[in-house]
Amino acid sequence: MHAVVCIKQVPDTTEVRIDPKTGTLDRRGVPNIVNPEDLHALEAALEFRDRFGGRVTVLTMGPNFAASALRECLALGADEGVLLTDRRFAAADTFATTYALWSAIQKIEKERGPVDVVLTGRYALDGDTGQVGPGLARRLRVPLLSYVTAIEEVDFEAKRIVVQRHIEGAVVTLESRLPAVLTCSADLNQVRYASLPALLAAQQAQVTAWSVDDVGADPEQCGLKGSPTIVSKSFVPEPRTDTCRLFEGEPAEAAASLVDFLIAEHRIPGFEPVGAKEA
Amino acid sequence: MPKNVNIDEWRGIWVYAEQRRGQVSPVTWELIGAARRLADAIDTYVAAVLIGDGVGRYADEAVACGADRVFVAEHPELAEFRTEVYGRLVVQLVLERKPEIFLLPATTQGRDLASTVATDLACGLTADTTQLEMDVQKRMLLATRPTFGGQQLATITSANWRPQMATVRPKVMPRPEPDPSRHGEVIRLEVGDVAADAPTRVLKVVEESNESRILDEADVIVAAGRGIGSKANLYLVEELAEALGGEVAGSRPICDAGWLPKARQVGQTGITVRPKLYVAVGISGAVQHVVGMMQSGTIVAINSDPHAPIFQVAHVGIVGDLFKVVPALTQAVRQRGRRAVLETVGG
Repeated sequence: MHAVVCIKQVPDTTEVRIDPKTGTLDRRGVPNIVNPEDLHALEAALEFRDRFGGRVTVLTMGPNFAASALRECLALGADEGVLLTDRRFAAADTFATTYALWSAIQKIEKERGPVDVVLTGRYALDGDTGQVGPGLARRLRVPLLSYVTAIEEVDFEAKRIVVQRHIEGAVVTLESRLPAVLTCSADLNQVRYASLPALLAAQQAQVTAWSVDDVGADPEQCGLKGSPTIVSKSFVPEPRTDTCRLFEGEPAEAAASLVDFLIAEHRIPGFEPVGAKEA
Repeated sequence: MPKNVNIDEWRGIWVYAEQRRGQVSPVTWELIGAARRLADAIDTYVAAVLIGDGVGRYADEAVACGADRVFVAEHPELAEFRTEVYGRLVVQLVLERKPEIFLLPATTQGRDLASTVATDLACGLTADTTQLEMDVQKRMLLATRPTFGGQQLATITSANWRPQMATVRPKVMPRPEPDPSRHGEVIRLEVGDVAADAPTRVLKVVEESNESRILDEADVIVAAGRGIGSKANLYLVEELAEALGGEVAGSRPICDAGWLPKARQVGQTGITVRPKLYVAVGISGAVQHVVGMMQSGTIVAINSDPHAPIFQVAHVGIVGDLFKVVPALTQAVRQRGRRAVLETVGG
């Protein structure tokens, strides 16, 4: 069994605060973490290895410091961390990102043997597109099993997997051929903890770093050059012109005047202002 | 990245008409409405792509909502969405008919299909957009999406590739008023042996109870945040919700703690809601939460911290102890409610 887990290092958006004065994002001191759902993808891969033996390779694309995210995965038990890092990979949209990941997986297969399953999180906390997994499946020409909440059966020899997918209003049980790309939800499993010795050992662990040339990628298809979309404008939403109207006084008084206001302004469906019918 | 696309060959704005278990999702009408507005700006047609089993009956509604053409692909093998099967059909149709813009819903289905199709067509895709505008001269779609949990917006373009693809979040575009007198053309597609070689097979579909969709429909939502303190205190928001005729929801910590089911979690990793009235009780207003409720008609914030970010998005609010303010609100609503009923009875 050989699993490749694609992870992303993201700023911990739960630590991002809105500056009350300017209404803009305050990212100072925001730590970088492994995208939470990617850890569930890693856990699924580690559970496969616990049962069947084999190998778990963790792959990411990013600046040099993204190596720390790979080390966190090594501490949890991954066998190898691969970092795609090259200035030419930078500013990739989802299309160029899947191309880079695809190129790396080609090299991993060539050098480390066939890949049976590729796993990743449902979506990343910062970009929140949920498009890289599906795009990667298409590049690899393998089936996509997205929004996976349970793995019912897996047989790597028969190349068959049965998963549950949680979609809007239903749980779908889907049977698929392997290899496949799975995008994993946080409901799939409980992420294991790294032991302190493992964490310390991982600090020193070597991470494989590959450039555009190392993976034999076409530079024209990487990063900004390879991205069919561009960010033409980035901005903070216009500050609301109407500021929050605060109702003051003792709780009972403030509550009563707030409710009166809501009713008078027709803000509560089904509640008409007293005397409205006569008006 | 070189690509030989003759932009002038590509015309029309398409919408993927999502169906789930035989029923078209409401977001489809929202997308057709948005497509109509964009198409009128550049004087082109709107088409809906309807794939499934026995879904052709929705073609008239698509036309009434603003579509000029409806492509219908029906086959028993198409009853349930499967990425590879639907993807192949859609790619073939796009290559034959060359639309300049293709909109899909930002749902589990739409995201999978959009990325699959965009990868095959090597065209640009903007995910989870909330605003769509048109650069009329360049016939260029300006697709705006929230990033970083919603407090930053980015406008994305894909000037030199066709089609220009985007997924659009449900409930951010208004649902158009259907006009039954509109005329359109229904084009039935030959689908042939559509699922031959399909790598996946749907074994079972278990529908969830309506519980999971309750927040979608609610006009009034009262949501509890960390400030509520404990599960035992949830009765405060339940009573207020009941008085207002609304539903109870929670922020992520509340649902993560298991105090409320996941189906009632509002926010980035939960559900996006758009009620007429949203009351945030003891919710600080982290960006992940705000992105899920910022489209609400009126936002009321109750929080003891005057600097809580929730007051940046709320229209009205009370700075105070929720354990005193919420019961007072409930009482005030009950009094007003009774008044309204009495008046009806008396009148």
